[in-house]
Amino acid sequence: MTANQHTSQTLTDTVNWHLAARVEDFPENGGACVYVEGKQIAVFNFSARNEWYACQNMCPHKQQMILSRGMIGSQAEEPKVACPFHKKTFSLLTGKSLNGDTCDIDTYPIRVEEGVVYIGLS
Amino acid sequence: MINVLVIGNGMVGYKFCEKLVSKAPGAFKITVFGEEPSPAYDRVHLSEYFAHKSVEPLLMAPRQWYEENAIELITSEMVVGINREAKSITTHKGRTFNYDKLVLATGSTPFVPPIEGSNKSGVFVYRTVEDLDAMETYSKNAKTSAVLGGGLLGLEAAKAAMDMGLEAHVIEFAPRLMPRQLDEAGSNMLQSTLESMGLHIHLSKSTASIDGDEAMTSVTFTDGTPLEAEMLIISCGIRPRDELANESGLEKGERGGIKINESALTSDSDIYAIGEVASYKGMTYGLVAPGYDMATVAVEHLTGADTKGFAGADMSTKLKLIGVDVASFGDALDEGNQYKSIVFEDKNAGIYKRVNISKDGKKLMGGILVGDASNYNMLFQMMLNGMALPPHPEDLVIDTSRQGSSAGNTVDMLPEGAQICSCENVTKGALVQAIEGDGVEQFAALKTCTKAGTGCGACSPMVNDILTATLKKMGKKVRKVLCEHFDYTRQELFDLVKLNNIHSFDQLINDYGKGHGCETCKPAVASILASAWNGLILKQDTIQDTNDRFLANIQKGGTYSVIPRIPGGEITPEKLIIIGEVAKKYDLYAKITGGQRIDLLGARIDQLPDIWEELVDAGFESGHAYGKALRTVKSCVGSSWCRYGLHDSVSFAIRIEERYKGLRAPHKIKSAVSGCRRECAEALSKDFGIIATEKGWNLYVGGNGGANPQHAVLLAGDIDEETCIAYIDRFLMFYIKTAEPLNRTATWMNKLAGGLDYLKQVVVEDSLGMGKQLEAEMQLLVEAYACEWKEVVNNPALRARFKHFVNSPEADPSLKFDKQRAQKVPAGW
Ligand code: SRM
Ligand SMILES: Cc1cc2nc3c(=O)[nH]c(=O)nc-3n(C[C@H](O)[C@H](O)[C@H](O)COP(=O)(O)OP(=O)(O)OC[C@H]3O[C@@H](n4cnc5c(N)ncnc54)[C@H](O)[C@@H]3O)c2cc1C
Ligand code: SF4
Ligand code: FES
Repeated sequence: MTANQHTSQTLTDTVNWHLAARVEDFPENGGACVYVEGKQIAVFNFSARNEWYACQNMCPHKQQMILSRGMIGSQAEEPKVACPFHKKTFSLLTGKSLNGDTCDIDTYPIRVEEGVVYIGLS
Repeated sequence: MINVLVIGNGMVGYKFCEKLVSKAPGAFKITVFGEEPSPAYDRVHLSEYFAHKSVEPLLMAPRQWYEENAIELITSEMVVGINREAKSITTHKGRTFNYDKLVLATGSTPFVPPIEGSNKSGVFVYRTVEDLDAMETYSKNAKTSAVLGGGLLGLEAAKAAMDMGLEAHVIEFAPRLMPRQLDEAGSNMLQSTLESMGLHIHLSKSTASIDGDEAMTSVTFTDGTPLEAEMLIISCGIRPRDELANESGLEKGERGGIKINESALTSDSDIYAIGEVASYKGMTYGLVAPGYDMATVAVEHLTGADTKGFAGADMSTKLKLIGVDVASFGDALDEGNQYKSIVFEDKNAGIYKRVNISKDGKKLMGGILVGDASNYNMLFQMMLNGMALPPHPEDLVIDTSRQGSSAGNTVDMLPEGAQICSCENVTKGALVQAIEGDGVEQFAALKTCTKAGTGCGACSPMVNDILTATLKKMGKKVRKVLCEHFDYTRQELFDLVKLNNIHSFDQLINDYGKGHGCETCKPAVASILASAWNGLILKQDTIQDTNDRFLANIQKGGTYSVIPRIPGGEITPEKLIIIGEVAKKYDLYAKITGGQRIDLLGARIDQLPDIWEELVDAGFESGHAYGKALRTVKSCVGSSWCRYGLHDSVSFAIRIEERYKGLRAPHKIKSAVSGCRRECAEALSKDFGIIATEKGWNLYVGGNGGANPQHAVLLAGDIDEETCIAYIDRFLMFYIKTAEPLNRTATWMNKLAGGLDYLKQVVVEDSLGMGKQLEAEMQLLVEAYACEWKEVVNNPALRARFKHFVNSPEADPSLKFDKQRAQKVPAGW
């Protein structure tokens, strides 16, 4: 499976990989939340693109722990997630706010090996 | 690089920056000073701050925008002096900055008349976010309030006070409300509407003193009568903030404000003044559109571009009070008695309309609209452009909206130069150019590229009409396609789904779409699939809106609410007890809803299946309060108990609710059945409503409560129950198949070519010969119904999806609750 290295972290950061959950714990073309190192992280199984993404679970608009329940999709080629509360959208590649009226979000590197999903934290 | 300093980061100061960076990117070094802590926000919609409790949604642009455009934004710092010789300014922190060009956009402050006691606590003005914060905190310990000034802003402030839960009084010195915009009859109509909403209005009253010790407790009028009020909001007009002109010797206007010429230049050729602080030919303007014009002119002058120059502005206004439409334009009052006026008055509906036409009967000169300002844009344009009046000018004030006359034809009559968006100064010609020349076909895209409708938004309906009319003229079939992923309208997709027997989003997007979908098309397709097949919603849970995905409404904080179906509003004491027990066990907040049932709020995602299990075991089903689906069928007690009841409205309501429960549609559907013309179930405000008559039932359709209330209209009269259900089947299926996404039946019917007459032909006279087919399609959906809560309760795989973390059984540790009147509520956001 794919390993996405798109992330807001710089190369000099050392990345520690943490086991998140198994592939089948995540719905196809949707997300779920994992608890890693005291952090809530939203993980998306974008099966239509055969890609995985991870970002912070908190929506910066109203500080709600919710993005994992958001709907994913694409805008031109960019994969994105829409917050369930007020549908603010964020790029899953860069974490950039696509509506331009909230802060950007953190994204994390993610890799899938032998049916297990790992998230990279620095 | 030319060094530009802007003093004041309000709406107009911001607009200046936006125009300057887009006209001449990189050519100017821009520094902006704002005395308020927040970057510029939309003051016009200030009252919405109470709803958001955050300035963020009101910001003209986030801080990031200034950074991205290399504008230095310095907030919480006030400029206190200008040194014109040295070409520098000084701030209250003692810092000095040099400029090549200076722009004064300092706006204005509320005028506080010299009334004894105006320094007591409890006295407020209504201008900034900080004013609103202070007011809201203070209001927690107050019950009564008064507003000094019955003008546009005063009434808005009074409405805000009422929304804070205060008793609200309006005190106006003149003998009528909004004296500069309304005549006596218009003011009377407005007054009675406002009074029926609970405002108290005192006219011809002048205030002598504000009384109380430390804090105010009342005001006393000059006639000696007192009025109790613990808070007073002063709204007596504004004064330009021209103090920087005094010591630096800039010339001022006769009635205050900094004097400018048609290029927005002050008496110093390196200093501009724009917005409310500027005085042009002795006039200052308390509206945002003239300020934006000045910003444009200043940018044009500064960059050496062609310019029309500023030539004064029109003071026409539309009040945005929720619940009452008021507009006044042109010469509304005709104080010089030069015109003829045509007046329409409907005291029952609270509508007053007046238009003033020239003595020769050819031109519209001005007018007043109270209670229904839907024609404002059109009338205003007619006046501005000197358009010819219709053969019967009285049509201008008589309601023709329900007779199927479409605005499309009327926008055609407007000249190219007609200014459609006054905030952004966009003409009809510019819109047409964007559509014909640049190929824009979507409303959102048209707004982005022309900026029309992005200011106060009042012109949006007209912009949309121009889009539709222009596309039609170009011979384009006007197709409201879903989004970038589907080049089809909802109706076309519905047909494709049915014809090709498509049951999943993936198949539809593979065969007929592109890309990977989005938050617009996924729920729309989910709704189409549900209306076509009525399959289990959770089979494709990730294309559902969050409420449908978790079969409950998401709440602040991320918990959910549970509303079981209570058909017709009828419930046994045993079932009431069960609801109470479930609420107690899971610590849920309980509330009677506006739809005759009971809402249990604050359930954690992992508790939902357990709660449903207990409810399902007791015989409850999902109420679909979360879905674009049938909601409630309300009923009145009807003939079984009521001395006026003609038929058994409760039994009929239950029958109807049982038939259509779970039916998914482009938007939610609501219904009600009343046992007689007294209409206690409010059937006329529903998508379809039924009222008992001596001979049977009357069926009404297309009603709406909510944001744009509309009464339902009679589709068929004196029919029996079976006919009624057949007609409802046909009506609903026809709506489901042809409406755009998220259009309620009222919106759909308003747009339906041929209107009510056509609908009657299709449903009652069966002119398309589709009646039986529509009924059969509905019957299929009715038979496919299954309670979706029950499916989850009985399916361990589905149940497992209801938790916060996939790798831990823990609940969301960030959930926080407060207590209010002995029940829990989510902590504020
Ligand atoms: C719970 C309830 C308020 C209450 O406590 O009484 C309610 C709550 C919500 N309404 Fe409502 N409406 C409720 C009765 C109404 C009514 C009254 C009625 O049905 O008789 C109306 C006006 C009638 C009508 O719809 O025509 C009403 C008009 C709206 C509207 C405006 C619809 C419109 O066409 O303009 C919305 C917004 C929307 O749907 O787009 C809305 C949306 C909402 C949402 C779902 C907003 C949202 O998406 O979260 C609210 C969920 C709040 C929450 O946190 O759970 N609600 N809402 C009522 C549930 C009734 C029920 O038993 O199912
Ligand atoms: C509740 C409300 C409702 C309104 N509704 C409407 C409406 O429906 N339609 C309409 O057209 N208009 C409406 N208005 C008026 C509209 O908001 C104003 O016309 C518009 O905001 C004027 O913009 P401005 O930039 O000139 O002034 P402002 O928006 O007041 O901006 C001036 C800014 O400059 C700052 N400032 C002043 N002096 C200094 C200094 N020395 N140093 C640093 N900063 C300084 C101020 O703090 C302020 O932030 C409404 C106003 C209010 C308060
Ligand atoms: S319940 Fe309805 S009216 Fe009340 S705040 Fe929510 S959407 Fe608005
Ligand atoms: S909380 Fe996420 S968009 Fe508002």
